[in-house]
Amino acid sequence: MWDYIKLLVLAVIMVAAGYVANNARDLAYMVSAIEVVLVALVAFIVIMRGMGEVKAEPETGYMDGIIRVGAILTMFWGIVGFTVGVWIAFELAFPELNFSRALDGYLNFGRIRPLHTSAVIFAFGGTGLLTTSFYVVQRTTGARLFGGGLAHFVFWGYQLFILLAATGYVLGATQSKEYAEPEWYVDLWLTIVWVAYLIVFMGTLMKRKEPHIYVANWFYLSFIVTIAMLHIVNNLALPVSIFGAKSVQLFSGVQDAMTQWWYGHNAVGFFLTAGFLGMMYYFVPKQAERPVFSYKLSIIHFWALIFLYIWAGPHHLHYTALPDWASTLGMVMSVILWMPSWGGMINGLMTLSGAWDKLRTDPVIRMMVVSVGFYGMSTFEGPMMSIRAVNSLSHYTDWTIGHVHSGALGWNGMITFGALYFLVPRLWGRKELYSLKLVSWHFWLATIGIVLYAASMWVTGIMEGLMWREVDAQGFLVNSFADTVAAKHPMLVVRGIGGLLYLTGASIMAYNLWMTVKRVPAKADTPATVAAE
Amino acid sequence: MARKPTEEKNIPTTGHEWDGIKEYDNPMPRWWVWVFYATIIWGIGYTIAYPAWPISKSGATPGLLHWSTRGDVAAEIQKFTDMNADLNAKLASADLTALDDDAALKNYAVQYGRATFATFCSQCHGSGAAGAKGYPNLLDNDWLWGGDIETIRTTVTHGIRSAADEETRIGDMPAWGDMLEEEELANVIEYVVSLAGGEHDAAMAEAGKEVFADNCAACHGDDATGDRDLGAPNLTDAIWLYGGDRDSITETIKGGRAGVMPNWNAKLSASQIAAVTAYVHQLGGGE
Repeated sequence: MWDYIKLLVLAVIMVAAGYVANNARDLAYMVSAIEVVLVALVAFIVIMRGMGEVKAEPETGYMDGIIRVGAILTMFWGIVGFTVGVWIAFELAFPELNFSRALDGYLNFGRIRPLHTSAVIFAFGGTGLLTTSFYVVQRTTGARLFGGGLAHFVFWGYQLFILLAATGYVLGATQSKEYAEPEWYVDLWLTIVWVAYLIVFMGTLMKRKEPHIYVANWFYLSFIVTIAMLHIVNNLALPVSIFGAKSVQLFSGVQDAMTQWWYGHNAVGFFLTAGFLGMMYYFVPKQAERPVFSYKLSIIHFWALIFLYIWAGPHHLHYTALPDWASTLGMVMSVILWMPSWGGMINGLMTLSGAWDKLRTDPVIRMMVVSVGFYGMSTFEGPMMSIRAVNSLSHYTDWTIGHVHSGALGWNGMITFGALYFLVPRLWGRKELYSLKLVSWHFWLATIGIVLYAASMWVTGIMEGLMWREVDAQGFLVNSFADTVAAKHPMLVVRGIGGLLYLTGASIMAYNLWMTVKRVPAKADTPATVAAE
Repeated sequence: MARKPTEEKNIPTTGHEWDGIKEYDNPMPRWWVWVFYATIIWGIGYTIAYPAWPISKSGATPGLLHWSTRGDVAAEIQKFTDMNADLNAKLASADLTALDDDAALKNYAVQYGRATFATFCSQCHGSGAAGAKGYPNLLDNDWLWGGDIETIRTTVTHGIRSAADEETRIGDMPAWGDMLEEEELANVIEYVVSLAGGEHDAAMAEAGKEVFADNCAACHGDDATGDRDLGAPNLTDAIWLYGGDRDSITETIKGGRAGVMPNWNAKLSASQIAAVTAYVHQLGGGE
């Protein structure tokens, strides 16, 4: 009966999307509608084929099938996102790589830059968060994921969101808000998926078999709830037509800018910090086989972080039309945020006390430690850059790009790699990783890559800032903008090389994980299928 | 809080366990707590000193220092404006041809002009003023409309083919592709190539000379050395605005050319125009 309802809904979606595709006012919207038809068709066929079969007894163990798919897709999106990143890094050094004439602008920096940012943040990072949160919440509650097939809907629905967003960027549908580029129809879809995610996660927490909720889950939950709020408010818009991609923003002018950076900074705060701290709080103690350093610290820094992050957005708008008072508050809260951010670093690093010798023997724990180290570095650099006097030098320069990447490559990337190295042998019931030596190679390539990236961006960023503001004795500007662009060239090449090293490391990882599943013998008892305790 | 964290095995845990993970009941590191407090106290102080709290309908607290970003930048601009006021007034009405007699004014004009050029002119003429295809090189002594200082000022002020200014400079290089026969075109192209010493077919060039005399000489002159009143370039000096190879010359003759320079009087002040004129004039080609 339930299957018939699903089929009916999918059929209605197919017809409706087909109708929309036929009447679409622009190419991006038409292609998106066709994608929806195809996805609904695939889902329709999958459900229909399953209908004749006798239903197996409902499983009672952990739901790990979708997590295995998630591990693979996280790796896949990582490689895609890093590759696009390396490409656009070299486009900035060598603009000929735009191939504007030959490709009609489709490969221009402006068009594929959001493809890179969304691929790494939302596709790689987001799929990584979904995957690890589903794994962690089951292990730390001792309960199977709530909602049966709803977790599958969340997972595949999120992949559809990525597909629709990417289609829009390439074909020119964007609302031009950084990290919130997707247009209204993609936003609506993500809202539905996200509410389902919240239901799955909350439901699992509510049927937990442990008396208390583990700290990792607080962080995951705050990430899910806050992202829902940010996403909805920042994307309030009125579509021009339901047959077109274009929409008009509800807010305008400085209110719009403020809303956008309230969203933008908390995408960093709750997506890339809180969510990934959830990852850190599970995988670091597991891999180190040590208790978490301090329960008190975890409570205090969690609540302080949640309270303070939400204020910090205005520091993206220093010296703009934003009133000074808002700018002051954003800066002050950002500086006070320094210690709450470091609480996570302390808890991560101190968890290793008594197990420091593992750094010599276990490259996975080394990766996690460096990740936490980069987290600490960028959460010091961030408050520093939010100080108005520093920001007047750093704003709009490559320093910002370097800062973001030491966080993204160092913290988010490395902790996700660590989690994947932990997860894959366990999810496929393998004894161990295929090669620890390759993990070491990955570690060093990635670390050197990040150092090249961050160092070159500090150099160009500070140089650029100093050149822009340089005036002679009579108060006249000394440099033209083009002078600063020319001066940056060598460092832009170094940055590209850093990115290439990072991509190479990730490719080695993909090979290593693949061989782990393929070559390494199975463990005697596969914990993946053991029932919850 | 006073207990020091140690690495002994006997530190109490909270007693909970999740999937094998336990938590120590360690206190928060003291330095962490104190730095956190310090940032909070600093934050309170800062918001008292600077505009911060939106507490009333008329706006936010102004802060004890009465500081504002706009005030800050206005003060800095004012400082230089005051410093340069005398020179600036002098420059706006100065006789540019006599600039060499006043070293202080000339220095001011050239520095001001350099900054103005970097901001408004370098996009087309290049940050070193060496030009690009379609945008004249301002370092050499080849001028389309003339290179003495007052002529340069007129060009900067009114622009070239700038629709917004009635006094703009007008010169017309038509598209000859539709007006001449194929053979005539081939010959005149050959002739123009020959003018600056390019490799050419002598017979065709000879035939082209006649076509040139009938059609082109009116502007470019019988000897092809151009006419500055019309902005018609000298074709014999091997300096080419749109390229001197056969393909480029063919494109120019067949399609015509009509490059545009904006009338800067719409955007720049009189002293800015005087300054940028003085700067361009002293780059190397000024007459």
